[in-house]
Amino acid sequence: MSCCVPSRELVLAMADQRNCIEEVKLASRVVGEGIRQTDLSVPGIHCGGCIQAIEKTLSALPGVEQARVNLSTKRATIRWRSNTEPAPFIEALRALGYESHLYDVTADAKDRTFGALLRALAVAGFAASNIMLLSVSVWAGADPETRDLFHGLSALIALPTLAYSGRIFFRSAWNALRHGHTNMDVPISIGVLLAFGLSLYETLTHGAHAYFDAAVTLLFFLLIGRTLDHLMRDRARAAVSGLARLAARGALVLKSDGTRTYLPVGEIEPGMTIALAAGERVPVDAQVVCGHSELDCSLVTGESLPVPAAEGALLQAGTLNVTGPLTIVARAAANDSFLAEMTRMMETAEAGRSTYRRIADRAARLYAPAVHATALLTFIGWMIASGDAHRAITIAIAVLIITCPCALGLAVPMVQVVAARRLFEHGVLLKDGGALERLAEIDTVVFDKTGTLTLGTPRLLNGDVSDPAARGIAAAIAMHSNHPYSRALATMAPLGNLQTVAASCVTEHPGCGLEARIDAHVFRLGRPDWALSSNAGLSPANVVLSRDGECLARFAFEDRLRIGAAAAVATLRNAGFDVEVLSGDRDATVQPIARSLGVSYTAGVSPADKIARIANLGASGRKPLMVGDGLNDAPALMAAHASMAPASAADVGRNAADLVFLHESLMAVPEAIGIARAAGRLVRQNLTLAVGYNLIAVPIAILGHVTPLVAAVAMSTSSIVVVANALRLRGVKQSRATEAGSRATFAQPATARAR
Amino acid sequence: MTDFLYLVPIALALGAVGLGAFMWALNSGQYDDLDGAAERILFEDEDFPAPRKDKAAPH
Repeated sequence: MSCCVPSRELVLAMADQRNCIEEVKLASRVVGEGIRQTDLSVPGIHCGGCIQAIEKTLSALPGVEQARVNLSTKRATIRWRSNTEPAPFIEALRALGYESHLYDVTADAKDRTFGALLRALAVAGFAASNIMLLSVSVWAGADPETRDLFHGLSALIALPTLAYSGRIFFRSAWNALRHGHTNMDVPISIGVLLAFGLSLYETLTHGAHAYFDAAVTLLFFLLIGRTLDHLMRDRARAAVSGLARLAARGALVLKSDGTRTYLPVGEIEPGMTIALAAGERVPVDAQVVCGHSELDCSLVTGESLPVPAAEGALLQAGTLNVTGPLTIVARAAANDSFLAEMTRMMETAEAGRSTYRRIADRAARLYAPAVHATALLTFIGWMIASGDAHRAITIAIAVLIITCPCALGLAVPMVQVVAARRLFEHGVLLKDGGALERLAEIDTVVFDKTGTLTLGTPRLLNGDVSDPAARGIAAAIAMHSNHPYSRALATMAPLGNLQTVAASCVTEHPGCGLEARIDAHVFRLGRPDWALSSNAGLSPANVVLSRDGECLARFAFEDRLRIGAAAAVATLRNAGFDVEVLSGDRDATVQPIARSLGVSYTAGVSPADKIARIANLGASGRKPLMVGDGLNDAPALMAAHASMAPASAADVGRNAADLVFLHESLMAVPEAIGIARAAGRLVRQNLTLAVGYNLIAVPIAILGHVTPLVAAVAMSTSSIVVVANALRLRGVKQSRATEAGSRATFAQPATARAR
Repeated sequence: MTDFLYLVPIALALGAVGLGAFMWALNSGQYDDLDGAAERILFEDEDFPAPRKDKAAPH
């Protein structure tokens, strides 16, 4: 989105096209002999028809070797021959009706951990099922020779499985022990290794009981939990990082000898002169030397209206040049610019946030010592009681096996995966499970205004009042500008009365408006004092349309509230949350919106003030949820106990937030909190179930009644109960989900996936 | 009673075949785009199987 906006000036239009191709080149990578690959994120892909249309169009472009669409990740991968210029992929897709963004593959290097987990899981599954088959025949009463043979076979299967699938746990446990602390993997590793060691000894001495099945089944169940945990995190990360980029990738630099080169942002140095076309983002902090334009600062400062910029004006990196071309001089390198400063503030904010310990980790800290102490006491007890070392060791190991946190390992991730799925159906993406736990603890909700409570795009207030003929002309003229007011006017064109005005007739005067010459009349669409010859009628209007200085129509605009904003705020207040608005915008624009929603507000706050406010709330024992979208919100998003951002947010904001909602409706916020709380309840229930199972099973184990058969049944049952309980979350409040579905008035392709 | 001497190896071999098939599918990218694969099966393919060499050769 940061490039490719058609420019009205011919020269710069050429440059613009050029930049776009350069950008595609910069973002592509070499995949083979003379072949480069470009990845595009195409959020609009939602069915088989899209796949076919996109693949056919892209494959037909010159130089394209292969185009392949991935429906799951909504991405298109294009391989093109590097001896030619890249074809205009983005434009071709736009012509087809798909918005696309360059996707940075380097940011998400192919995730090897997930593949390793899945392979380990497959091996463990194979081993567990086969050993279990052999074990069943032993339990059914095989004669001693067969039993020994089967035990030996089990050992042969279990040993490589432990080495391959178990190393994930062993490595993590070893790391923890080496750094002098313990985690959930320590009791798992000790339990599995001791069970295997004992069983091997029993097999070699022709003993009756071997726990190979328990050791491997344990690994299998725990790997399921581990894989689910990873899967959820991975999916959310891919979806969040793949969307549009805010920062410009590069800029067209004017050299002193008059040549132009496209440089990546990192290579721009202070003092360089940059040609900035309309529709481009300011790459680094800079000063205007030539030209007039208006800048959209909504993502940076939260101001909803474009700010005029003339010679001498200082621009912040990340703002969008809306109306006219500018020549600017860089005042700072990329890593001293506003964007980089925000990143630093975010890092500080993150460091300042009290580290949240996940429920599973907290449970592990209590669990491991308790289990090991019990096993040790059992051993000592049996040594004193019977004096039989072999028996004492066998029973102590049975205690370790039966207490192995199988259900506990599944209890939390299973619920979180189901919750993430539910959130996804509501158009909310979740970064990680910890965020879900934090979201459930929220008691205060802080909203940003521009782009969060409002859409940041103005809406025509009196569209139905003004004369349709005048509105038609206004729309036709407005079609030629990117100014937010123009865009609003252009979409308001009366049906059946579509007029077109040739582009050559329209000139844009930055800061004033548009002028068009039609049939010897001069039409002006813009500020009243510029468009009208006399300042006669002074009714409130942001924009007027005039013919030869005479007023034809007046248009008043208002920033549009996001769908469901009022309902979301009301729901939150009814549920007992404190709601407030923190905005960087002017008091006059924040006040009416805050008043209409009935919430307290603070206007004109800087990013640092936002952090301070969040920190204050935290210090007074509150747990704030920050909902914001702009760059200026990013540090506050980081500092808050939990945070949400709309999909339209700045890249940085989206990355800083724990949750990202894709739909336009703000009802996503109370819905997400509702799901998080339901998930929190289920996690607690599951932990209770897991602990309750241990309360029953451990005494049996201590008394020495646990055979491999009992261990297998107990372990499987507890895991199944925990999983079944987690699946209950799918049914919770199903009626509310359908209600939310009908409320979303526009079709959001992302839901097509959540079938 | 010695049936298991060949039944057990057969069972293990079948399991290993299943495991191998899964590993192959995973490594060859069969799981990369599950939603896309579900849609692609409905496409009317324009690319037919390559013509047999002996018949395609011009005479």
